[in-house]
Amino acid sequence: MNLSRTARAALWTALVLGLGVVYVPLGVVVLNSFNSDRTFGWPPPGFTLQWWGAAWRSTGVRDALWTSVQAGLGATAIALVLGTMAAFAVQRYRFFGRDTVSLLIVLPIALPGIVTGIALSNTFHSVLGVPLGLFTVIVGHATFCVVTVYNNVLARLRRTGLNMEEASADLGADTFTTFRLVTFPMMRSALLAGGLLAFALSFDEIIVTTFTAGAGVRTLPIWIFENLFRPNQAPVVNVVAAALVIVSVVPIYLAQRLSGGDPQTR
Amino acid sequence: MFPAMPQQEVTSVTTTVSDRDGRAVSLRGLRKSFGSVVAVAGVDLDVADGEFFAMLGPSGSGKTTVLRMIAGFESPTAGTVELGGRDVTRLAPFERDVNTVFQDYALFPHMSVLENVEYGLRVKRVPKAERRARATEALTSVRLDGFERRRPAQLSGGQRQRVALARALVNRPRVLLLDEPLGALDLKLREEMQVELKAIQREVGITFLFVTHDQEEALTMSDRIAVFNAGAIEQVGTPAEIYERPATAFVAGFVGTSNLISGATARAVLGKDGTFSVRPEKLRVVLGDADPPGPDEHSAEGTVSEVVYAGPATRFVVDLDTGTRLIALQQNQEVSSMDVTGLRGRRVRLVWQRRHEFAVTS
Repeated sequence: MNLSRTARAALWTALVLGLGVVYVPLGVVVLNSFNSDRTFGWPPPGFTLQWWGAAWRSTGVRDALWTSVQAGLGATAIALVLGTMAAFAVQRYRFFGRDTVSLLIVLPIALPGIVTGIALSNTFHSVLGVPLGLFTVIVGHATFCVVTVYNNVLARLRRTGLNMEEASADLGADTFTTFRLVTFPMMRSALLAGGLLAFALSFDEIIVTTFTAGAGVRTLPIWIFENLFRPNQAPVVNVVAAALVIVSVVPIYLAQRLSGGDPQTR
Repeated sequence: MFPAMPQQEVTSVTTTVSDRDGRAVSLRGLRKSFGSVVAVAGVDLDVADGEFFAMLGPSGSGKTTVLRMIAGFESPTAGTVELGGRDVTRLAPFERDVNTVFQDYALFPHMSVLENVEYGLRVKRVPKAERRARATEALTSVRLDGFERRRPAQLSGGQRQRVALARALVNRPRVLLLDEPLGALDLKLREEMQVELKAIQREVGITFLFVTHDQEEALTMSDRIAVFNAGAIEQVGTPAEIYERPATAFVAGFVGTSNLISGATARAVLGKDGTFSVRPEKLRVVLGDADPPGPDEHSAEGTVSEVVYAGPATRFVVDLDTGTRLIALQQNQEVSSMDVTGLRGRRVRLVWQRRHEFAVTS
């Protein structure tokens, strides 16, 4: 499409402004984590690795990081198993209420976190009598993590169809061999993409976590929230935030490459 | 003024299954319903070892479902499938000695060409050195040496087709099933592959059973053809038998152009009741009183309603006085478009030899 010079300039300005609103503050956070001024004086009088060291030595941060990793891995594992099974069921079999089931699986990602949080908290605490802790956080995160795996696997199944499995059986492979050599390898990048997204979603989730975590369980986002308004913790909070930005970018970037790429071209 | 067409003698070669042990495929009373829809309504068929056999029919005629039941992807509602005399009706695809070339080839995108071709041998635990040698040999036989390391996505349609063929043939199956094998190729490539497929089949000596909706493809490539319609076989025969002596009105119409003579026209022109078929190229277009019909010939008078000049031949649409419309095809051996197009609206006589008219069931 041909655009006039003015239109081009306007579009570029809009793009730069729009992205700038999102990414300049994030850049400030990363930059401030090296700011030698404890109160983030601007422009920074100097740069230091002092805060990164302090954050690394902080047992609160380390414990919270470990909790977040555990929650993320747990939720991702559940999401991979359930999401894959649901996608195969919906794509491969016709059954009564199939479209409704599909909708119900996807819905949790659109539900307000606060609703999911309250609902899960009430159910665990009052109805089931399960004590809130890491386990309830994992289950809470899994409700929406399933969606990313489900969507990725479903899209891949739609694209590949049943032909490959028939071809494999035709060439003499039994059901298990077909899964090992054909179905799973063709699903692998979709599973990886869905899993990475699931992990990223879980890693920075705070609302559902607030409602489902017990007293002793503190994920990284909760730790940040608790320490946000303590002036002497500010530089460390800033480091943790900067680290979270970097850690979140990697799985999202990888997931995009994996799910966007056509499996035929790799 | 208008030259009569020299008539060619039809040499009909009948291939019958005489050797009862030499049957590659036997279908008995094969039926398949999907819910209330009957896809295959009782098929009996024998294919001999080493035959190049076509299942021809329009889409929805049940030919692909029959192929899938032979491969084992669908289980029949009733009837049996035998391969080489053994009942395989209840066996899974991986327990049957057949291999399939799929319409869209179904090559594994995450494997190289060589890995694709080796796949069947790999899952049957053939030692690595042997399977590599056999796969390389199979690729050579489809003229794809040097493509071993490529991915299917890096190949053209014709190359993918040949990989699919090599992947199936390397297992030396009892029967090779081909589902519309040339359907996805463009015309020129399709014609090349027709010749090539036939040559490969002669070379390997494996029974080829292929499904097609293209009557020309079936006529040029096959030893025998089964014409399918509405889930049943209308006729089985050699290409010449199918074309020259269609058994039913459907076959006459689906394979080539049907010229059907029935009812009042049949009584007036042929002096008998029933439905009869005459192929367009068997009709002679005669002007006036020239070239009167001989004792072994029939003739009918009518008016030329349309003349279609098509380079090597001209197609005449003639409305007989008795109400039937027939099509006559004449080679343009001595005429040009200027001569023939002037014939529109003229009175003509169509003449044909009696032995070229056949009773068909309608």
